[in-house]
Amino acid sequence: MSLMTWIDDRFPATKVWNEHLAQYYAPKNMNFWYFFGSLAMLVLVNQIVTGVWLAMMYKPSAADAFASVEYIMRDVDYGWLIRYMHSTGASAFFLVVYFHMFRALIYGSYQKPRELLWIIGVLIYLAMMATAFMGYLLPWGQMSYWGAQVIVNLFAAFPFGIGEPLSIWIRGDYVISDATLNRFFALHFLLPFVLAALVFLHIVALHKVGSNNPDGVDIKKVKDENGIPRDGIAFHPYYTVKDSVGVGVFLIFFTGVIFFWPDFGGLFLEPPNFEPANPLKTPEHIAPVWYFTPFYAMLRAVPPMFSSQFPGVIVMFAAILILFFVPWLDRSPVKSIRYKGMLSKIAIAIFVVTFVVLAWLGMQSSTPAKTLLAQIFTAIYFAFFLLMPFYTKMEKTKPVPERVTS
Amino acid sequence: MNKLFGVMALSLLSFALMPLTATAAGGEVKLQQANVDLSNNAAIQRGAKYFVNYCMGCHSAQYVRYKLFTEVGLTEDDIEDNLIFTDGKVGGLMKIAMPEDDAARWFGAAAPDLTLTARIKHGGADWIYSYLKGFYTDPSRPLGVNNTVFANVGMPHVLWRLQGIQDPVYKYEVHHEGHTVASFDNEAEAEAYAKERGETYRLERVVDRLELVQPGSMTPLEYDQVARDLATFLTFIAEPMKLERQRIGVWVLLFLIVFTVLAYFMKKEWWKDVH
Repeated sequence: MSLMTWIDDRFPATKVWNEHLAQYYAPKNMNFWYFFGSLAMLVLVNQIVTGVWLAMMYKPSAADAFASVEYIMRDVDYGWLIRYMHSTGASAFFLVVYFHMFRALIYGSYQKPRELLWIIGVLIYLAMMATAFMGYLLPWGQMSYWGAQVIVNLFAAFPFGIGEPLSIWIRGDYVISDATLNRFFALHFLLPFVLAALVFLHIVALHKVGSNNPDGVDIKKVKDENGIPRDGIAFHPYYTVKDSVGVGVFLIFFTGVIFFWPDFGGLFLEPPNFEPANPLKTPEHIAPVWYFTPFYAMLRAVPPMFSSQFPGVIVMFAAILILFFVPWLDRSPVKSIRYKGMLSKIAIAIFVVTFVVLAWLGMQSSTPAKTLLAQIFTAIYFAFFLLMPFYTKMEKTKPVPERVTS
Repeated sequence: MNKLFGVMALSLLSFALMPLTATAAGGEVKLQQANVDLSNNAAIQRGAKYFVNYCMGCHSAQYVRYKLFTEVGLTEDDIEDNLIFTDGKVGGLMKIAMPEDDAARWFGAAAPDLTLTARIKHGGADWIYSYLKGFYTDPSRPLGVNNTVFANVGMPHVLWRLQGIQDPVYKYEVHHEGHTVASFDNEAEAEAYAKERGETYRLERVVDRLELVQPGSMTPLEYDQVARDLATFLTFIAEPMKLERQRIGVWVLLFLIVFTVLAYFMKKEWWKDVH
């Protein structure tokens, strides 16, 4: 009896291998945009591994945090490399996930029967944002401190007298302090494992319904005599070997930044964050890291109403939560942008521009002109989603082929 | 259709290029080019000498260990004999004895730690270089000096014996709605120009250039070298591993390029029967 049989009698190793890799049939026409799912997993692993190593040397206290990061950068063997991998990884994670989400948007990967798959994905995005936000406090630099101060203060805007107690409950203090840093560290360590669990569920859901493809064709409709989709190819080895190329190209860019441009012009590591947190000195210009700036721009775009920032906070959270409803907002009979009408194509193009412009606006100090611009683009951002039921329904779609095109 | 996606891909990629626009704004002060060379060990050694002699009375570099300078060609004995004037050890951190509270009382604010100045200041080494060259007499300030890149600085010009004393040469700018509309060497002329045009035209006195009115122990060129050495030194201690990371990075990229090329051909081989 072979070792593998011995294991298979006790644990479904071969079964899992076959069902999820060697005999998991993915459409053969997955293109460039399909690299980013596996890349996101790669970056998650990078974040967890480098993060655990950083945690071995990092000290989560207001008195020691900043110095311990410099200790890692200078005195720990290759500590600088681990730290840069982690700081660059945070930005890379959001970049690949934004590409991954964009892919889902253009090919309708959220449509029936992939609604749950999409919803789990949005939960992953939320967990990522929470993790990144808490992680950003840990270096205990000026921008860490004041960025957290601004964001936690948002919760104080909640009405009915719950805002103030809520923000104090989050901080564990009246201002961002040692207590806040300590709990943020605990949660920053915990959340990635929640994230990993969600990724597992994301894949379980994916393998139940199968991968979508650029044509939005259901490959399970046309099967050969063995019950294998004619347009499907085994994930392993076809996509493992294809993804290796993607990983190689990605790592060239990723390590290029790590080794040659780790602060990325102040976008990945912001200059004020090389100054230790000082509760008595507010930086001239406070802005979150680039991946949060679209939402920050929307927050600032909404003027205070009834002397409360709360409407802005609602808009900001709504901008994220609206993603949950996309599967039901899209009323198109076809999935892929290839067969949708002109309106959908224009809408998605405008949406991409809107997201980029909002990201840019969120980095700038606000001026009346920029606030107006942010208001216009916030409106467009929501219009993209809220008008989706109409423009996807009224436009004329092209006929979807039986089989995938190559 | 493919073109449309290309445009979308590009606009997503433009995220990556945004730092260029994000940092281009702000920092209106023109900085002088320091042209620091991190591979110049002699410059870093000289910078270390100036730093411990002139700066470390008030400023620490508390994340740096003295031992770091063995990486730029000094021996531990060199360091002990020439760089450590306190009870510090070669393996110890470059801390100072001045209590922060006293410093705050004497100067208005404790002198900041300088370990990461080159990474904090917009312009890095160029900022430091320009700052060290930018002191000028200003009787309105408590210590009698001001600075061209750090307005109303609280620090005295500790290097004045080397550089000498610089007086400002002012020019007079007329501003209108946030733009500079005219510039004069003579205050009266500028005033007349602004008056003629109305109340919305404002006059502002700015430092045009500095003039050495009392030479120090060094020539201007020698002093420039001191400023450059200090800028090199501070750039080095801000990120001592910079050259090492670039050196390793080259090998990492070479490996990844070979890996990617091989992976590409392997993919082609596997996929040749997929139609």
